[in-house]
Amino acid sequence: MLDVDFFRRWLRAAAAAVEREAGRLTELDSAIGDADHGSNLQRGFRAVTAALESEPPETPGATLILAGRQLISTVGGASGPLYGTLLRRTGKALGDSAEVTAEQLAEALGAGVAAVAQLGGAKAGDKTMIDALEPAVAALGTSFAAAATAADEGAVATVPLLARKGRASYLGERSIGHQDPGATSSALLIAALAATAGE
Amino acid sequence: MRMLINVPETVVADGLRGMAAAHPDLSVDVDNRVVVRRDAPVEGKVGLVSGGGSGHEPLHGGFVGPGMLSAACPGEVFTSPVPDQMVRAATAVDSGAGVLFIVKNYTGDVLNFDMAAELAEDEGVRVGKVLVNDDVAVVDSLFTAGRRGTGATLFVEKIAGAAAEEGAPLERVEAIGRQVNESARSFGVALSAVTTPSKGSPTFDLPDGELELGIGIHGEPGRERRAMMTSREIADFAVNAVLEDLNPSGPVIALVNGMGATPLLELYGFNAEVQRVLAERGVAVARTLVGNYVTSLDMAGCSVTLCQVDEDLLRLWDAPVQTPALRWGR
Repeated sequence: MLDVDFFRRWLRAAAAAVEREAGRLTELDSAIGDADHGSNLQRGFRAVTAALESEPPETPGATLILAGRQLISTVGGASGPLYGTLLRRTGKALGDSAEVTAEQLAEALGAGVAAVAQLGGAKAGDKTMIDALEPAVAALGTSFAAAATAADEGAVATVPLLARKGRASYLGERSIGHQDPGATSSALLIAALAATAGE
Repeated sequence: MRMLINVPETVVADGLRGMAAAHPDLSVDVDNRVVVRRDAPVEGKVGLVSGGGSGHEPLHGGFVGPGMLSAACPGEVFTSPVPDQMVRAATAVDSGAGVLFIVKNYTGDVLNFDMAAELAEDEGVRVGKVLVNDDVAVVDSLFTAGRRGTGATLFVEKIAGAAAEEGAPLERVEAIGRQVNESARSFGVALSAVTTPSKGSPTFDLPDGELELGIGIHGEPGRERRAMMTSREIADFAVNAVLEDLNPSGPVIALVNGMGATPLLELYGFNAEVQRVLAERGVAVARTLVGNYVTSLDMAGCSVTLCQVDEDLLRLWDAPVQTPALRWGR
């Protein structure tokens, strides 16, 4: 069973990964976007970490909802509403149980990813976060480690794709050959989940 | 990197503090990143709220004041503001007559303003929205995020702002804003790449002797790269790209806009070429505005926006305006 402490540790691990990889995310974003994905997420996850310290929620669901709200309020750009929605909707789907099973988390994360796809209007193959998140959710039935691998492979698989959403879509053919920064940060989030589960 | 800054993290806040000091008739909330005209909310008047990433100054804070915007929300550099800012701005300027959000078509701006509209409506503010998408360099299809919002934003903010100042109701101000957007098209050219404070180096590599045609306002590359052209050749290319799409049947207002690092001497010279092409194409120019209005930090280059006007739109364009960056008639 996964308790509130697990979710706090997951978000802290995600924040640490964003700190560590911010430079790389910004570098990827400068190729097809506007060179701020790393610093934007850094600002957001620092706010998440601070909020978890100052007003620690008591359930897994409330923890993710608080984190999502912090991201919406601090990140801006497209990634703020998208990541905020991912965590908020996942948290809402978890309800107010004190502990959840891995299966419940997989199902809730599926709802979160569906909400992101709806908000951004993106589907698999558009070269977005969805390309990492959808395979990750599909693999969660197997294990957290399998989800992390699937997310990472999904992110790498965005390299040859033509961007169809967001600012990268303005580049058309020129977006080909670059890994999507959003899919990359999504893979970091799922890798942090697997690491928190000890996988 | 040579920038007149302290550290990248405080660039936006530092700029807002300086703006507050220079313009006492604005109320600048540095912590919450909202710029409001000091006399807001104006009784019975529709509020106009716009915003977007910083780095495009004077857009949008420089257009706050009587006759134009009621409030602006500056985001981080090239990053859209967050919904909290927009809701704060909306509640600060709503007199009960409602608020119009003017949103440039960039995914981040659209998502955040949509969230803000929902939240503001929860707080009892009626919200209308105009989406600005004037950039002809982007193919508007299901497979892109759609045309970007660029220079036409100034036209929408000025003309809808004048309508609101006259006391037009929200539905009317919104309709005028949409009419202006549908009547305006833009095309931009970069002569150098942009350097953002957080990255500290150019966001794309543009070798000496080349230029990018069809750029946006965030340092994103354009649709085509060519060997450097003369002002005359660039004007032919840009104006024709706009006219191909706009095909005006009446007079236009022309905006020759600098991207931040191109001197006015060059912009005026470029305007002479723009006027020449328009005359050759038989397009009457009712008014012309030349200067740095919708910029992209230190990018060299320019954009051309043409907005077809009828008598009513021209009268609203000429109506008095009193903002830091645009001021006439009072």
